[in-house]
This record gives sequence, structure tokens and C-alpha cells, in this order.
Amino acid sequence: MTDSKYFTTTKKGEIFELKAELNSDKKEKKKEAVKKVIASMTVGKDVSALFPDVVNCMQTDNLELKKLVYLYLMNYAKSQPDMAIMAVNTFVKDCEDPNPLIRALAVRTMGCIRVDKITEYLCEPLRKCLKDEDPYVRKTAAVCVAKLHDINAQLVEDQGFLDTLKDLISDSNPMVVANAVAALSEIAESHPSSNLLDLNPQSINKLLTALNECTEWGQIFILDCLANYTPKDDREAQSICERVTPRLSHANSAVVLSAVKVLMKFMEMLSKDLDYYGTLLKKLAPPLVTLLSAEPELQYVALRNINLIVQKRPEILKHEMKVFFVKYNDPIYVKLEKLDIMIRLASQANIAQVLAELKEYATEVDVDFVRKAVRAIGRCAIKVEQSAERCVSTLLDLIQTKVNYVVQEAIVVIKDIFRKYPNKYESVIATLCENLDSLDEPEARAAMIWIVGEYAERIDNADELLESFLEGFHDESTQVQLQLLTAIVKLFLKKPTETQELVQQVLSLATQDSDNPDLRDRGYIYWRLLSTDPVAAKEVVLAEKPLISEETDLIEPTLLDELICYIGTLASVYHKPPSAFVEGGRGVVHKSLPPRTASNESTESPETAPAGAPSGEQPDVIPSQGDLLGDLLNLDLGPPVSGPPLATSSVQMGAVDLLGGGLDSLMGDEPEGIGAPNFVTPPAATAPANLGAPMGSGLSDLFDLTSGVGALSGSYVAPKAIWLPAMKAKGLEILGTFTRQVGSISMDLQLTNKALQVMTDFAIQFNRNSFGLAPAAPLQVHAPLSPNQTVELSLPLSTVGSVMKMEPLNNLQVAVKNNIDVFYFSTLYPLHILFVEDGKMDRQVFLATWKDIPNENEAQFQIRDCPLNAEAVSSRLQSSNIFTVAKRTVEGQDMLYQSLKLTNGIWVLAELRIQPGNPSFTLSLKCRAPEVAQHVYQAYETILKN
Amino acid sequence: MIGGLFIYNHKGEVLISRVYRDDIGKRQAADLAVFSSSWPFLEERVNRRNAVDAFRVNVIHARQQVRSPVTNIARTSFFHVKRSNIWLAAVTKQNVNAAMVFEFLYKMCDVMAAYFGKISEENIKNNFVLIYELLDEILDFGYPQNSETGALKTFITQQGIKSQHQTKEEQSQITSQVTGQIGWRREGIKYRRNELFLDVLESVNLLMSPQGQVLSAHVSGRVVMKSYLSGMPECKFGMNDKIVIEKQGKGTADETSKSGKQSIAIDDCTFHQCVRLSKFDSERSISFIPPDGEFELMRYRTTKDIILPFRVIPLVREVGRTKLEVKVVIKSNFKPSLLAQKIEVRIPTPLNTSGVQVICMKGKAKYKASENAIVWKIKRMAGMKESQISAEIELLPTNDKKKWARPPISMNFEVPFAPSGLKVRYLKVFEPKLNYSDHDVIKWVRYIGRSGIYETRC
Repeated sequence: MTDSKYFTTTKKGEIFELKAELNSDKKEKKKEAVKKVIASMTVGKDVSALFPDVVNCMQTDNLELKKLVYLYLMNYAKSQPDMAIMAVNTFVKDCEDPNPLIRALAVRTMGCIRVDKITEYLCEPLRKCLKDEDPYVRKTAAVCVAKLHDINAQLVEDQGFLDTLKDLISDSNPMVVANAVAALSEIAESHPSSNLLDLNPQSINKLLTALNECTEWGQIFILDCLANYTPKDDREAQSICERVTPRLSHANSAVVLSAVKVLMKFMEMLSKDLDYYGTLLKKLAPPLVTLLSAEPELQYVALRNINLIVQKRPEILKHEMKVFFVKYNDPIYVKLEKLDIMIRLASQANIAQVLAELKEYATEVDVDFVRKAVRAIGRCAIKVEQSAERCVSTLLDLIQTKVNYVVQEAIVVIKDIFRKYPNKYESVIATLCENLDSLDEPEARAAMIWIVGEYAERIDNADELLESFLEGFHDESTQVQLQLLTAIVKLFLKKPTETQELVQQVLSLATQDSDNPDLRDRGYIYWRLLSTDPVAAKEVVLAEKPLISEETDLIEPTLLDELICYIGTLASVYHKPPSAFVEGGRGVVHKSLPPRTASNESTESPETAPAGAPSGEQPDVIPSQGDLLGDLLNLDLGPPVSGPPLATSSVQMGAVDLLGGGLDSLMGDEPEGIGAPNFVTPPAATAPANLGAPMGSGLSDLFDLTSGVGALSGSYVAPKAIWLPAMKAKGLEILGTFTRQVGSISMDLQLTNKALQVMTDFAIQFNRNSFGLAPAAPLQVHAPLSPNQTVELSLPLSTVGSVMKMEPLNNLQVAVKNNIDVFYFSTLYPLHILFVEDGKMDRQVFLATWKDIPNENEAQFQIRDCPLNAEAVSSRLQSSNIFTVAKRTVEGQDMLYQSLKLTNGIWVLAELRIQPGNPSFTLSLKCRAPEVAQHVYQAYETILKN
Repeated sequence: MIGGLFIYNHKGEVLISRVYRDDIGKRQAADLAVFSSSWPFLEERVNRRNAVDAFRVNVIHARQQVRSPVTNIARTSFFHVKRSNIWLAAVTKQNVNAAMVFEFLYKMCDVMAAYFGKISEENIKNNFVLIYELLDEILDFGYPQNSETGALKTFITQQGIKSQHQTKEEQSQITSQVTGQIGWRREGIKYRRNELFLDVLESVNLLMSPQGQVLSAHVSGRVVMKSYLSGMPECKFGMNDKIVIEKQGKGTADETSKSGKQSIAIDDCTFHQCVRLSKFDSERSISFIPPDGEFELMRYRTTKDIILPFRVIPLVREVGRTKLEVKVVIKSNFKPSLLAQKIEVRIPTPLNTSGVQVICMKGKAKYKASENAIVWKIKRMAGMKESQISAEIELLPTNDKKKWARPPISMNFEVPFAPSGLKVRYLKVFEPKLNYSDHDVIKWVRYIGRSGIYETRC
């Protein structure tokens, strides 16, 4: 039997002929005709005109014919809704058929017909099918609920199908369970807030049982669903992990990856000291390696995921370097991914092997792959110092091959090596210079120019070399132009006598003949620097450069954590969150790893908890707003390694901002293009330190010492808490707290460098917040922070920054930058730092205001376990700027009436009821902005209990 | 989930198209709907064709080599696999489980192959009705459903279903099998002779440096079982897994030392879905009820103590700019009583080769210009022997600056043992309901070791 003949008839009167055949009396002929129709449909011909004739064939007991008609219906029903109604009767009848296969077929097809009128008729049969005695029908009906939800979500809810679907999770048949889970997960995705899946230890247990019994696909649905669950403590996490690990031996790679996802996620909750944690780590490696012997497409998916896993938990695969060696016949997409992972796994222990491999790869055919291999050699040099020398000699060998793109790629990475190990390998410069002419890519040209400028004093003909580039200055890309400008200025500063002409030439090219504002600005800066203060110019341009980081292309930690939650899915393949490639609201629920909560640890004691903040929330990393802040803080114009020379270690972040502002104003009152501007002293060179800040903090320190006796002078200061753990910030650990001393707020910070490299160039910024808190001075870290060094400093804050209401109200999002990266965290500040000194209200005013504020604005709180008496309470609160306006004694209770004012002028009125002998106080707060009440209460708690 | 599935021929013409979700091409369709209100059908058509065409233009007709098996075109993701000249593409707009989609596409290929043999344009056209029927069954709203051929064949047949003739019992048996815990086997199978065949198929992979240092070596093996057993037999499979042997041998130290030599360390293994994984995890025992006929019981990987059946010793000398001298020695490294077969050594030659002269002592060698290689074939070779080939390669002078990349010398062969050292210890069969016992089952075991990627750099 061959069906291919149906594909070949394409005559003009075809539709007409088909019509006749469809209406034929002979069953066989009818079937043949429907087949022809389907074939035409497949190749894209329009056969919708035959709709009534095809639907007429539906009434048949031949299942094959029926299926074909259904297929046709699914395709064309939407375009002929009125006709499609004709089919409803047959569907409804089929849903009652004694044969379960036919019942399921009818309900399955009906769900695929996306016509509103039909869906109305679908409800009754679907309800029956969901409770059908046959599991095959039930599993089909479960999916049908998801289909119906896609067409008409409201209908599904109104008809109560969701509850029926939930019941199916407890079905005796594993496949029904799996399909119900799949359908519910999909529906839940479009209602992120609804607690549709309602995962709890009981339902999880049911799922885990079904996991052992259902098909491979069902196991995937269940595992993907499990991954959305957050166990209540580490014990539960472990017991789920134990039941999921057997899946790692499944032949289906998707089952394995989904199991890996669950394990990676739940592992987050396990303590690293646990024996089980180590066991789990060991169990994860072999299945991941096994994935690499799957078909190439799956290998690709696996490798993209392994790339994430290696970044999150490098310990899992650190000994498995060899399996990532590239095979000659691997498809290119597999090769490129393997190479990526090889670089990540390279370490001192395996570097020799890795280098030998990379050298092999650099001689292959595929250009992209070769380039990446060459680049990888450079990365190895930077990552593993012991191998640097060998890497450099390998790169030199490659340059000798004279293959154009190899040479260019090698020069780009050698530039990075020079950055990392200054003055160590300059002997190779001669070889590099030989290849100057063959460089035609901007990146390589820019790199070469950088090298010439940086080592101008050692290259005899540096001026000639640079001059040769200058000829076609305007045809170069911006990258090259900027680099050339800087290099010539460097050259001039090193050999001023013979290169004066050259530098003038480049400055005029950059400032007068260029349309590029970056280039022009940089030109002017140099020009002014050189003309006013050559010594300062030297300090700026030839300053010591910050170290370049060892790892590149690392995925930003919050994104990485999110992607770990998406292991196995497209998001993990693209390395992008679903919102980046999924349209609409579907499937874009933000996922994050669960926090670690141990069952045997009690919640942190209140002494160590930061004031007013629930424990565990403290080192919170900001997800999205961060990008903007990062842009603001990121000084580098290009990629981190080819940073412009302006990013010097002595110039502070704040100072650079000043520079920008200063220059703008200069530009304004100065006509462009005038010869050497001569009277300006650019602030960058002369204002390395802003004196205000250290003085301010010094003063407050002084105050603290002198008047700190009775704790009367300043408000309560919480002990420093970890705001940014070193793990999340490439080694920078930040502890901090907030203080208020005689009217000034400051943020006391303790920075510790837990990395192996020196940190410099600190800067800080706040995101907009509820009370407009902003740094009043730049962050002053005077010397570079060497490894294991700790520095304590106090950052004065103002409350004049931009205001944006945050949730919670006292949330503060902070970005800290150093030479390595920009880090984000958020912290909660205690509200009492915002209580101002003139917060004492007049008695009469108090009374009037109290009455004036509507009663619904009143909030009541209990302060428990406070042993103080009214006097002590009053004086202690006063030191934190909560003033007692009046005191009354009613029926043996002390009533304190108090007032306080926030920096933004909001008044808060309080009534504190104290019963002698009862450690519980009642606090009533009245304020026109009731949302602050909760935080004021927390401030009371904090002040009274510490 | 999967929004649609398309099958294309090599020209990019659509052979099969099945759309499961509306979102495929929705936006474009919405734009068009305004104009097509008088021609409502147009919307549906454009809808579909958009996704179809996007893939053809961007992947099948793309000039460049495929850079990724997953492509995102206009927020639509295309997953594709290729079988001979045929492209299978799954399309989605959601964040689907990517591994699952590929596994499904492979499964789809397996199912089609089980129904009509080779996946070719002709076969697909000949069976398009069947394929639609299968797609309707194994993918519902984009969710993969039971796709075991054993089960599918009970109710999707090429002869059209015999729904009229089926009894109620038969029907419910079908549905319970499709949805049941043992979805891969139907009840009531009967054989007069209960027989089973076990094939241990290994492919040994090697990457060796020119100096003979092993850069990487591993064996990936499969245990394929063909069973003709009656009823619902409970099987238990045992092999010389180091962990099991050590566990058992704890009592008698003597045996440990004896069997310790013969046991092998398995790095990792995966099993067919019939194997009870939790039992393997806890007791490391492999127990299962097998599907009827042939299936892959397990896959495994070993990296320790691999027997490398052949050693290749290359010697390449460049004589001036226009001549290469190549000498390659191969040594067989296994018991002299065993015979290796289908030996083929592939020595790559530079692109500018103008002529080759070969001398070999054993087998036949030929220079194949189209493949840029000298192919040396030997039919059989016993263990502990060696043989050599030498060749002179004449080169055309070129001004190509790039040096010849010297691809590795690769080798193919087949040997009658398992290079990993794996041994089947037992396969026990219990069928409590029927009256045949383990002794009555005739069992056959065969070991075949083949070369995977077996390369020596030169």
C-alpha cells in the first residue's frame, strides 16, 4: 500500500473531482478521497472548500477514516465555525462509545477544535471523561482540560474542572497522574499567584510514588513539577533528593537532566557539612558525563547545562576534564561548547593536558573554533600563572603560522597577558610587530596599538609604527581610534622630545575632525591635561592599571541561580531567562533557588539579627533594577580587559563623575575647536580625595567618644551584619549597619577582601528609595585593599536623593563597584535613623493632631518582654529622637504620649501604655502615612530591647 | 510544550505538518487577520506556513553549516534532527524542556523506523496517514504520551483498526497496557520455545598522542536483549560489576581476591525504562519485566583497565615541501586465539596531494582522493600480531600559508570480546504463573567490541 500517489495529483479541477469522490457511496473511494484531501492540506494547498463534504464522512465506524476526518476538522474548523457545529453531535455521541479508544479520540479531538461554540458542548462530555472508568480516557481528558483552559480559562474555572484535575493527582494510574501534573503545571504558569498545584508533603509523596511507575515522559513532567516545590527544611529536601537520585540512571537524557535540576535546586538547602551533601555531589558527576555519549543534539543541550552547573558548583566536574576534549568528528556546536567548559575547568593540575589539546585545536579548519581555541590559550595563561610562559610560547608558535585570523586572535589575547603580567614577556613584542601589516580586524589592531603604546619606551620605532596607523585615522573603527589616541599620548609622555608633532596631529584629528563624542571628549581631556599639568597627565595616563579578572563570560550570579532552576529547558540552552524569548506572560514566572533553612537550627537570636529585619532576608541580591545601576557605575567603555586608561586606580568614582560634569559646563561656555584650551584644571587630576567625607566621620567618631557615656547622644546602633557575602561578590565581603549621630546619618561599613587579588576603585551607589537616602560623599577607600585585609569606614548619608516607594518601605538597594565587578545587594535600614532631632511636638498641637488623624490610621502593637519602667523607656527613646510630649497615670498604668518626625517631614504620634510589673507594653501609633507604622513599631522594639 | 511538528525533505518541502498549539505564528497571523476577514481560511493557512517557511529559509536553505540544533527565529524556537535526507523539526514558543523535545524526536524516528523501516522521503510519503495517526497518539497538545512501539502496534496498525472486531476485553487490555505500569509489554504472550539472546555491544574510544600516550579512552557499551518469553517474566540480570562482587565477596576473602581481578568498575550506567531504578539504587540489582522482542536493556561507560585491541604507531616525515613519507604500524593486543575483523585504518593526506604510492604487507590499501585519505583494509587479524604500511605522498607546491592540520589516523575494527572486560554472570527468568522455569529458557550470550572513535594523532 503506498500513499505517495496522493501527493501527486494537482490538476485544476481537483477540488471538484475530490468533491465528487467524497460524496461517493463506496466506502473505499471515500477513504481514498479523504486521504487525498489530507495530502493536499499537508503540502499547503487550500482544501477548506471541501469542509461540508469531509464532515459528512465523519459518521463512520471505520476508525482510520474517522481519524483522518478529525485531522481535517482540527485544521479547518476555526475557519468554518458554523459548519464545525455540524460535527458536534458526532463528537458527543463518540464520547459515549463503548470503545475507550473512540471515547478518548473524540475528547482529544474536540479539545483541539478551537471554536467557541464547540467548547460549550465540550464541557459535559469532558466532565464525564475525567471520571471515566478507563485510565486511557482519563489521561486524555486531563490534557484536554489544559487545551480548554488555553481557549477559555474562565470556562474551565467556572465548570470546576481544576478541582477535578487536582483530584486526578491521586489517581491510581500513574499515567493519569503524570498528565494531570503536566496540565496543572501549564495552567499554573499562566496564573502565577494561584496556588493551583498546592504542593505539600502529602502531594509530593504521591508524585514521588508515581515517579517510579510512569512512562519516561511522565517522569519528566513530574520531575519538572517537583523542581517548583520548596521543601520546608533540609530534612525534607534530603528525603526528596534520596528518592530522585535513582532517576539519574534512566536511559532518557531528559529524565536525567530534570532529576539533576531537582537535585541542584534542593542541594541549595543542604548543609555542606552533611555527609549526604558530599555523596550527592559524587553521584551527580557520572550521569552528566554519560550525557556526552548521547546523540549530538542532546550533547549540545547537556553541554549548555553543564556550563551552568560548572559555574554554580565547580566541584562536581573538576576531575572530569578529559571527557570534554573535542573529538575530530564532533559537530561544530558541540566543539565550541566543550571548549567553553574546558576553559572553566582548567586548573593548575590539568593545565599541561589542556594546553596540548588547545594547541591541536588551533590547527583545525573551522574559523570560529580555531579563534576560540586561541583565545582559550590566553585565558589559561591568565588563569593559571604557572602556565603563562608556556601559553605565551604556544601563542608565538601560532603567530608563526601566519594564518591571518590565528595571528589576530593571538595578538588580542597576548594583550590581556601583558595586562595580567606587566613587564614580563615584552621580549615577544618584536615578533608581534612583524605582523602589524596583516592585522585587518579592529579588535586586533586596537590590541596591537595598545601594546605599542604601553611599551613605547622599549620599541625603538614606536613613533613610526603609530604614525603608520594615523594615515587612515578616519577609516578606523572607534575602538581603534580611541586606542590610537591614548597610545600616542602615552608615547608622548614617555618620549616627549621626538613625538610632539605626532601628538598634536592625533589630538587635532580626534578633536576637530571627528564626529564621535567619545573620541572628541577623550581628545579634549588629554589636550587639557597635557597643556596644563604634564605631571598630572603622566599620573593619569600612565597610572598603574587595575588587574584584569581571571574568569570571563561568567554569568551574573542572580541570573545563574535563576537558570539553575531551568535546567534542561530552553532557557538553559539559550542562557537567558524565559522572559527574554517567551511572548506574553506565559512561563515567565521568576524562579529562584530556595534559601537554606535547617530544621535543627533555631532562627537566629534577636541579638544578632539586624535591627528590624527578618533574618535570612539580609544579603538579598537585587535582580532587575541592577542593570541600570551597573551601567551607571561601570566606567569601562569597552570590555573589561581592554579598558581605557582612564580607569586608573587613583581616580575615585566620584571624582570621575565630577570630571564629567565639569567638562560639560566647560564645553558650554567655550566655543568648540579653539586651539589648546589652557586655563582649566580638570578636577580628575587634582581632586583625588574629597575631604568632606573623612572629616565628617571623624567628627562623629569624636562625638561618640566624648558624649557616648549615657548613650544619650546618638540613637541605637545595631551590630554590623553581613550585607554582601564574599561568595556572591567575587571575594568582597561587606558588613554594615546604620547610625545616626547628632543629626547626621551614616552607613558604617566594613569591607573585607577575601579574594586573592587586590581590590581598588571602590564606589557606591544607592537605588532610589522611600526616603531619598543617598551617599553624601564618595566611598573613600584610601589604599587598595589587599587580600585578607579589612577596612572600616563610615559613609555619610543624605536624605535628598530621589524618592521611590520601596517594598518593604525601608528597603535599600545598593550597588558597590570595585575593579573586579559591580555587585548588588539590598538591605533594610532601621527607621529610627530617620527620626530627626526636632521631633518634639507641642502639647496642644499634639492633642489637636491626634484628634485630627482619622481613627482608621491608628495601629496597635504589643511590645513584649521589656523590663524597663516608664522613666527609663522615656529617656532611652529620647536618645533615638522619640520625644515624650506628656505623661499621665491612669488606673495605675503609665501612659506616655510621644512624637517623632521623619526626615521627610512625616509626623508620627504614639501612645505607649505601660503597666508596672507587666513587661508587655501597648503601643498605639497614629500617622497620616499609616504604612510607616509597622516600621516605627520595629524601631521601638529595637531601641527598647537593645 | 511542543507547538508543532514538521517533517521536511532535503529541498525544504513539507512532507508532514501537525500543529498542536495556536501560538505558532500567532502574531503574524493576527497582523494578517485584518486583511483576510473575507477569506477566513487564509489566517489558518498563513499561521502554519509562517513557522514552516521560517525554518526552511533559516536552517535548511542556510548556506552555513548548522551552528546549533536549536534555533530561535522571531521568538519561535526550532529543534531539529536530521535522518539521512529528512529533517524533523519541533517548533515551540514556550520555555519547553529542550532535552525532552530531542528525546522525543529521536523516539519519533524509532517509532517510524519500527513501522516502516528506513526514514526516507518515499517511505514518509507512502505512510503519511499512518504518521498522522501516530502523531495524534504519541503527542497530545504537545505532551509526549506512551511511545513504546510494542504498545502502539496493538492498536495503530497499517491495516486500519479492527475496532468492529475487538471485544471489550481486548479494548480494555489495550488501554490498560498503554497507560499501565508495564506499558511496554502486553499480557498473554506465548512461545513454544522460551528463548533469549543477550548481546554485549561495546564501542571502544581512544585518543592517543603520537608518542603513544593515552590522552583519553573509554568504552561505551550497550546490553541489547532479544527476548521470546511467555507471559510476564520477571528477569534478573547480573554482571561482574565491581561493587556487586565486592559486596558479595566480603565473606570469603579468598574469592574477593580471585574475582576482584575479573570485576570491572563501571563509571555510570543507564537503563531501559523497564528496569526498576530504585532497586538498582538501593541494592544495585537489575530486575525487570522485558518488552517482547528486541530492546536495549542498559548502557554503560567504563574508563578503567580498558583493553585497547589495537595500537597504532605513526611516523610522518616531511621530505622537502613536496613530499611526505608515512609509515604506520598496527599491533593487535589480545589473545592470539581470537580474530579481529573488518579492520580499516584511515590515514589522512594533505589536500594538495598529487600522487600516492603505498606498500603494505597485509590486506589492501588504496589512496582515495575524494576522501583525502589512504584507506588500508585488512579482513582478519589474530591477536598479538603486527603489520605495517608505508606510503610516499607527492604534494603539489602551494602558496597556501596555512600548514596542513594533520588530522588524526583513525581506525575501525570488530573484536569478539568486550574491551571493558564486562562479563554476563547470569540472567535469571521467573514466571510464577506459567509452568516454565529458569532452566527451560534457552539463553545465548555474545560479545562484540567495535571501534568507536579510535584515533591516534600523528
